[in-house]
Amino acid sequence: MMDTTWLHVFFGGLMALAILIYAILDGYDLGVGILMPRGNIQQRDQMIASIGPFWDANETWLVLAVGILLIAFPDAYNLVLKELYLPATILLIGLIMRGVAFDFRAKVSLDNKNTWDNIFKIGSLVSALAQGYMLGQYVIGFDSSWTSQGFSVLSAICVAAAYSYIGAAWLVMKTEGELQKQAASWARRCGWVTFLGVASVSIVNPIINPSVFQKWFDFPTALLLFHIPLISIALFVTNDQILKRIPLEKDFGCWIPFLGVVGIFFICFQGLAYSFYPYVVPGKLTMMEAASATESLEFIFIGTAIVVPIILCYTALSYRVFWGKATELKYY
Amino acid sequence: MIDTLMLSRIQFAANISFHILFPMITIAMCWFLVYFKIRLHTSGDPVWMRAYRFWVKVFALTFAIGVVSGITMSFQFGTNWPGYMETVGNIAGPLLGYEVLTAFFLEATFLGIMLFGMDRISPRLHTFATMIVALGTTTSAFWILALNSWMQTPSGFEMRDGVAFPVDWMEIIFNPSLPYRFAHTLIASGLTASFLICGLSAYRILKGDSKRAPLLTLKTAICVAAILTPLQVFVGDLHGLNTLEHQPQKIAAMEGVWETQKGAPLLLFALPDEKTRSNHFEIPVPKLASLILTHDSEGEIKGLNEFKNEHPPVAPLFFGFRIMVGIGMLMLLLSWTGVWQLIRRKSVNTLTLKAFLVMTFSGWIATLAGWYVTEIGRQPYLVSGILRTSDAVTTVPASSVTISLTLYLLVYTGLLIAYLHTLFLMARRAVEIEEISPQEQHNSTSNFPLHSSPMNLSPLLAKEPTS
Ligand code: HDD
Ligand code: HEM
Ligand code: HEM
Repeated sequence: MMDTTWLHVFFGGLMALAILIYAILDGYDLGVGILMPRGNIQQRDQMIASIGPFWDANETWLVLAVGILLIAFPDAYNLVLKELYLPATILLIGLIMRGVAFDFRAKVSLDNKNTWDNIFKIGSLVSALAQGYMLGQYVIGFDSSWTSQGFSVLSAICVAAAYSYIGAAWLVMKTEGELQKQAASWARRCGWVTFLGVASVSIVNPIINPSVFQKWFDFPTALLLFHIPLISIALFVTNDQILKRIPLEKDFGCWIPFLGVVGIFFICFQGLAYSFYPYVVPGKLTMMEAASATESLEFIFIGTAIVVPIILCYTALSYRVFWGKATELKYY
Repeated sequence: MIDTLMLSRIQFAANISFHILFPMITIAMCWFLVYFKIRLHTSGDPVWMRAYRFWVKVFALTFAIGVVSGITMSFQFGTNWPGYMETVGNIAGPLLGYEVLTAFFLEATFLGIMLFGMDRISPRLHTFATMIVALGTTTSAFWILALNSWMQTPSGFEMRDGVAFPVDWMEIIFNPSLPYRFAHTLIASGLTASFLICGLSAYRILKGDSKRAPLLTLKTAICVAAILTPLQVFVGDLHGLNTLEHQPQKIAAMEGVWETQKGAPLLLFALPDEKTRSNHFEIPVPKLASLILTHDSEGEIKGLNEFKNEHPPVAPLFFGFRIMVGIGMLMLLLSWTGVWQLIRRKSVNTLTLKAFLVMTFSGWIATLAGWYVTEIGRQPYLVSGILRTSDAVTTVPASSVTISLTLYLLVYTGLLIAYLHTLFLMARRAVEIEEISPQEQHNSTSNFPLHSSPMNLSPLLAKEPTS
C-alpha cells in the first residue's frame, strides 16, 4: 500500500485551518454579540448591521471543522463528542438561540426586540464560554479533576475575552463616531483580559501537561519557538497604543487593530498546534490512528482541492461587496 | 428509567423532525423568490418587488432556524451514534463533507449578499445571488438525501472486518432509491412552500388586504400546487414500487398485509395489532393494493409474517402512510378547486380562502408523516442489513441524554411558537401597508428593464414596516 501520511497531514492541516478561520470569523461576530450594550438600541442596530451579512457563512466554518473531523478522523470525532457531550449541547443551544434571535429581532415590536437582543447577547456569551471550556477540556485530555475543571474555566473566560477583543476590533473597523470610540475602549479592556488569560494558560498548560513541557523546553528546537511569546506581546502592546488614539485622522488605519488581533489569534493557535502535533486528541489518538479509509480520504480530497479555493474566492467577494463602514447597511 | 438508546432515538427524531420543517420551506421558497425577481425584470411591475419583499422576510427567518438546527444535526452523529461513524463513516463522512463544501458555504455566503446587498450590487446581480442560494439549498438536499437513500438501499461498498469500505462512489451516490427520494422530497418541498404561500396570502386577503401583491402570490402558488400535486402522486407511486423491490417488509407494514397473498386489498382503514398479527376493523377495497403495487390485480404481495422479527413496527407505518396520502389528496382537491375558480371567476371565494388558511402547514404534516414512514420503516436497522440501531448508540449516561433532550425540547417548542406567531404578525402588518403609488409605478417602470443601475427603492422602503 502506498504511503498515505500526506493525506492525514493534509486533512489535519485543513482542519486546523478551518478551526482558526472559524475562531477569527465567528469570533468577531460572537464578540460583537457579547458586547451589545443594554441601554442603547441604536448602537445595537449598528452593531448587528455590521455582522449581518457574514454571520451565517462564519458559522459554516464550524460545520466544516466538525465535518473534517468526522470525515477524516471519525474515531477522534466520536471520542471528542462523547467526552464533551454536555458542553457541546450547551454550545449548540447557545448557537441556536443567538442565530434565531438575530432574525427575530428585526421582525417584532420594540419590547420584544429588547428581549431578543438579550437572548442574542446571552446566547453569544454562552457559546463563547462553552467553546473555551471545551478547548480547555480537550487540551487537558478530558479530565474531571478539580484542577482540570479550574483550567477549563480559565480557558472559557480566556476565549470569551478573546472573542470580545476581536469583536471590538471589528467594530472599530466597521463603524464610526461615538460607537467607534466606545468600541476602542472595549477593545483595550478586553485586550488586557485576553492577555492575562493567554499568559496564564501558557504557563499552566506545560505545568500540568508533561508532554507539552517537554516540547517547549527541549533545546534546541525550543529556540525556534521563542518568537511566539515575543510576537504576541509586541502585538498586544502595539494594538493597545493604537486603540488609545482611535479615531485617528481621517479614520486612518481603523483596520490595524483588527489585523493585530488576527495576528494574535494566529500566533496563539500556532503555539497550540505545535504543542499537540501529531495528536488529534492530545495524549490519546494520533492523526494516523484516527484516520478513516484511504479511499474515502482520496475521494473527498479531490473535492476539497477544487472547492476550498472557490469558497475562499467568493468569501472574499462577499467582503468586497460589504466593504467600508456598516452604517449604510440595510436589511433586505 | 428509559435507557440511553430510547432517549437517543427520541432526541434524534426530535432534532431531525424540527430541522426538516425549515428546509422543506426554504428549498422551494427560494425558487419562488427567483421567479418573483425574474418577473420583476421582465415586466417592470413593482408588484413583484412587493411580493419579493414580503416573502424574502419569511424566507430569511425560516432559513436562520434551518441553519442553526442543522448545525445541531452535524454534531448528533458523534454525540449519540458513535457506532454509526465507526461502521459506515467511510461512506457517510465524504457525502456529508461534499454537502458542506458544495452547498453550505455557497448558500450561506450568497445569502448575506441576497439579504443585505440589494443597494450595493446591480439588480441583475442580485437576482443571480438569489439563484445561487436556491441552487445551494437544492444541492444540499441532494447530498443529504444521497446519504439517507444509501442508508435505505446501500450499494457500491464492501464490508471488511465489520466496517463498510467504498468501492464505487457513483454507485454509492446514485443508489437505487436516490432518484425517487430526491424527486419526491423536492416536490414535497414545493408543495410545502406553495401551501404556506397560499395560506398566508389567503390570511392577508381575509384580513381585508385588497392590494395586488397577496392576490398575485396566492395565484402563483395555487398554480404551482395544482401542477405539483398530481406529479407527487405519480412520483410517490414509483417510489412505492422501488421500495417494494428493495424493502418489501416496509411496504407490507404500510399496507398492513400480514400473510403473503395474491390480489391483496387496499385498506382504507384498519387497526393493525402486532400481538395477534392481524388487523381489526378493516375497510378494504378488493385487489386494489396488488393493482397499484404490481400493476396486476392478481399480483402477489409479501406479508409481514415472512419477515418475523425483521420487520418494523406496523402501526406507525400504516397510519403515517395514510396521513401522507390523505393530505396529498386534500391538496389535490383544494389546489384544483382554486385553479378552477380562478379560471371561471378570476378570483377565489371566501370558503376556499379559509380552506387554504387551514391547510397552511399541511405540507409539514405530510412531510413528517412521510419521513416517519421511511425512517421507522428501516428499523430495526440503521443502515439496511448492515448496522442495527441498537449497535450504534452511544455510551453516554442516560442522565446526560435526559438533560440534553429536555433542553432541546424546551428550545424547539419555544422557537416553533415564536416562528408561527411572527409569521402571522408579519402578515397582519403587511395588511396595513399602502398600495403601490403611481409614483412608485413610474419609478419602477423607468428603471426596469431598460437599465440595471441600482434601483431606487426609497419610496418602497419608506412604506414597508420597519422590517
Ligand atoms: C431535504 C433536505 C434536508 C435534509 C433531509 C437535511 N437537511 Fe440540513 N439543511 C438543508 C436541507 C436538508 C438546507 C435546505 O440546505 C438547509 C435548511 C435551511 C438552510 O439554511 O439550509 C440545511 C441546513 C443545515 C446545516 C446548516 C448549514 C449552514 O451552515 O448553512 C447543517 C449543518 C445541516 N443542515 C446538516 C444536516 C444533517 C446532518 C442532516 C441529517 C441528518 C440534515 N441536515 C438533513
Ligand atoms: C429529514 C427528514 C428526516 C426525518 C423526519 C427523520 C426522522 C427519523 C425518525 C422519526 C427516526 C426514528 C425512527 C425510530 O427510532 O423508530 C429516525 C432515525 C434515524 N435517522 Fe432519520 N429522518 C430524516 C432524515 C435523516 C437523514 C437525512 C439521515 C442521515 C443522513 C437520518 C439518519 C437517521 C439515523 C442515524 C437514525 C437512527 C436513530 C433512530 O433510530 O432514532 N435521518 N429518523
Ligand atoms: C399522494 C400520494 C403519495 C404517495 C403514493 C406517496 C408515496 C410515498 C412512499 C411510498 C414513501 C416511502 C418511501 C420509502 O420509505 O422507501 C414516501 C415517503 C415520503 N413522502 Fe410521500 N407519497 C405521496 C404524497 C406525499 C405528499 C403530498 C408529501 C408532502 C408534501 C409527501 C412527502 C413524503 C416525504 C418527505 C417522504 C420521505 C422521504 C422519501 O422517502 O422520499 N408525500 N411517499
